[in-house]
Amino acid sequence: MRRMPALLSALIALMLASLTVGAAHVDLRDIFSDDRAMLVLLESRLPRTVAVALTGAALSVAGVLIQALVRNRFVGPDTVGTAEGAALGLLGVTILFPASPLWVRMIAASLAAMVTTWLFLGVIRRLPAREVMLIPIAGLVLSGVLGSVVTFIGWQTDLMQYVGTWLLSGEFSGVIAGRYELLWVAAGAAGLAWFAADRFAILGLGEQVATGLGLSTASVMRLGLAVVSVVTAMVVTTVGMIPFVGLVVPNLVSRVMGDNLRASLPVVALSGAVLVLACDLVGRLVIYPYEVPAGMILGILGAALFLWLLHRRPAHG
Amino acid sequence: MIQISNLGHKIGGTQILHDISTSFPKGKLTALIGPNGAGKSTLLRLVGRLEPLQQGAITVAGHDVARTPTADLARVMAILGQQTAVASRLRLCELVAFGRWPHHQGRPRPEDRTKVAQAIDAFALSKLKNRFLDEVSGGQAQRAHIAMAFAQDTEWLLLDEPLNNLDMAHARALMARLRDLVDRQGRSVGLVVHEINYAAAWADHVIAMKDGRIMAEGTPDDVLTEAVLSDLYDAPISVGRHKDRPLVLHHA
Amino acid sequence: MDRRATLMLAVLALLLAGLSALWMFQGLGAGNRGFILSLRATKLAALVTVAVAIGVATVLFQTVAANRVLTPSIMGFDALYVLMQTLMIVLLGNAGFAGLSAGPKFGIDVGVMTALAVVLFGTLLAKGARDIPRMILTGVILGVLFRSVSQFLGRVLDPNEFAVVQAVSFASFNRVDAALLPVAGVLTAVAVMAAIRLSPQLDVLALGRESAVSLGLRYRALVMGTLALVAMLVSVSTALVGPVAFFGLIVAGLAHGAMQNARHAGLIPAAGLIAAILLVGGQWLFERILGQAATLSVVVEFAGGLFFLYLLLKGRIR
Ligand SMILES: Nc1ncnc2c1ncn2[C@@H]1O[C@H](COP(=O)(O)OP(=O)(O)OP(=O)(O)O)[C@@H](O)[C@H]1O
Ligand SMILES: [Mg+2]
Repeated sequence: MRRMPALLSALIALMLASLTVGAAHVDLRDIFSDDRAMLVLLESRLPRTVAVALTGAALSVAGVLIQALVRNRFVGPDTVGTAEGAALGLLGVTILFPASPLWVRMIAASLAAMVTTWLFLGVIRRLPAREVMLIPIAGLVLSGVLGSVVTFIGWQTDLMQYVGTWLLSGEFSGVIAGRYELLWVAAGAAGLAWFAADRFAILGLGEQVATGLGLSTASVMRLGLAVVSVVTAMVVTTVGMIPFVGLVVPNLVSRVMGDNLRASLPVVALSGAVLVLACDLVGRLVIYPYEVPAGMILGILGAALFLWLLHRRPAHG
Repeated sequence: MIQISNLGHKIGGTQILHDISTSFPKGKLTALIGPNGAGKSTLLRLVGRLEPLQQGAITVAGHDVARTPTADLARVMAILGQQTAVASRLRLCELVAFGRWPHHQGRPRPEDRTKVAQAIDAFALSKLKNRFLDEVSGGQAQRAHIAMAFAQDTEWLLLDEPLNNLDMAHARALMARLRDLVDRQGRSVGLVVHEINYAAAWADHVIAMKDGRIMAEGTPDDVLTEAVLSDLYDAPISVGRHKDRPLVLHHA
Repeated sequence: MDRRATLMLAVLALLLAGLSALWMFQGLGAGNRGFILSLRATKLAALVTVAVAIGVATVLFQTVAANRVLTPSIMGFDALYVLMQTLMIVLLGNAGFAGLSAGPKFGIDVGVMTALAVVLFGTLLAKGARDIPRMILTGVILGVLFRSVSQFLGRVLDPNEFAVVQAVSFASFNRVDAALLPVAGVLTAVAVMAAIRLSPQLDVLALGRESAVSLGLRYRALVMGTLALVAMLVSVSTALVGPVAFFGLIVAGLAHGAMQNARHAGLIPAAGLIAAILLVGGQWLFERILGQAATLSVVVEFAGGLFFLYLLLKGRIR
């Protein structure tokens, strides 16, 4: 495991950089003498940095899981309708029970995300077998259809501006202490997946092998569905959807390490954190002191990486 | 023993298996033969609970396949399906190691590692064990899948056309290893073979299937006769003898 | 064209005429008739132009791609247009470029777009012939990439301006730029005429590459020419209303259904008419009856997306 130290140092370096970049100048060397700097650091910079890292890690792990669930490399939590499901749930609660507390919204978003992801699983089960590329296409169209439902409701109820923050390129500029802690739930859910890593790896081997090894596929599917939905819902609620992370990071790691998830999940999580941190930093520096949302940068970088993955070699698997 | 009674199976309205009752004897090597589409894979998949049971009953070493928890069955029988392609990118050694999963559920013990190492050795995969599945040849991948089933180390081993993609030497080595499992370790094996002479040379018991029915069963000497085989394959087939076992010839 | 096809076209034309009359004169109050009528006429013209552009572009594109589930915008055409527009502003500088009046500027846009689209999608179609799902996925992701780059450039150009992002993300049949309408109308008319003139050759093209080549068609030239027409039409519709991914799919599906035979001489006008009927009728329904002008585009996308999924599940992808 020589990758972990390298990734860890990259993570630390990026986190430090993330702590120092921002509209207000903060010198990490004199935070203890400077109360204002300390305040900025604790209230804004640190929460933001942590939020970015957690989001990247959790989304990447969710990507691994959804790919194992559907046994297809070209899907991610943002391309199968999960994010739109979470937005639908949030919209529903906001409209029906405007005064409901945060945990109710959170549960509603997670449940709705579960329902739409399950819907996707139902759709692809009916697709002609062996057509590897149809699965991502079906996912993209399904999320488009669900997205238009969200947009419709958003317009009808004058909640379009919320819908925008949930589903249009997520960003971290609004993150301050007290407004991102839900992401720990996402990270916790992703961590849970690590304990079942073997089960997900076996699930990825196919129904036949999984049954042969005595794995109860239904319960592993349920666990995966739950983790993917909770992670996505938390991310959508707090910072808005970050595209492509859950799709490209698992692919890149798998190219290098393979799919022995017990070993590769930590690397996936770290890589995801590093990638999103880097994109967020770039977004903050490009037109400093203004910001470009990290999601927008990932839209470009992620799409380009996806195209590369799609064409790097002839059809396989 | 694997006991199959009154087994029927339908796929999309067509009857694939018709009221099959038979058994795979314990401590023997049983070969399933028959033309394409006879229902051999379907039968094996039903025994291996890869397919839900529709009609009839199957017990494996006394465990009712329909009712025994799947995790328990995985410690009684290992099954290798006909389609072995997997989309995951795993190293050969990782794939074989998953064969031990039913025994340790994610916490491998030293004995599990030993079993995996033995299986890798047994199928001459030591040199390839760190390669990814998509970086080895079809026959090498097939051997890795068989090694995985071996590593599972169960009383029953069910293999659907394990000789697929194997060259003559590896095919022979596999059959010899299966014989060894049966003779020296008292295991029981059921496998589907198309090359009848492998059944003739190595099997203790042969079940011949056609059109979802059992046409004949018994020792190789009983089943591998000109009459049975010509009828089974709708083609003239002659049977000679070699080293006191049937030798099936299709040269007209 | 056979009698049945002629009859069908006549019925469609009558239907459109009726709907247009309804659009123009329904609920016309006593006061200010002239003003309202001219307002309505402009909108009608815009709707018809957009509809014809989308409908015909989709039929043409499906013929070139030899595939009935594709539309130009699923493959990223409209995103390319938006990107190209943004790039023009970046490269040529706001001042000089914006100084041009709407007409010539649009002309340049369309010219560049056409060249780009022919090169890009010509390559993609040629390479993707063997693995259609992969080609579709590539197109979809290219679309995402183009959109993301446009949004990014929009942000960088003007950090406070969120409208750019909004405008390229949603379609709206209400936000038609009247200044573009004359040029757009002319371009559409020219493209449709050209397509109809090409229709005997398109019929052969629809037989697939092998047959077309062995029948002596100048395959590559025709594909490129048709793609150029598609690019022109998509530029028109995108400039007028924004990205509309699935509308064309419904239209082309209906056009093939209504005409039964795949002769382009009938198919192309039918697609234009059906698209216009759907848009004018839909807009009338949503704007005048339901009082929700904004939602038509969303409903169209919803229905079109479901239709696409239905086609996928039916295994009609090939
Ligand atoms: N998914 C399916 N849908 C419809 N029919 C099927 C399906 N799977 C198998 N069959 C049919 O069931 C019958 C038995 O198939 P099975 O796979 O058991 O044959 P087999 O004896 O293993 O043949 P082979 O030697 O070719 O592997 C065949 O006629 C086959 O066409
Ligand atoms: Mg078979």
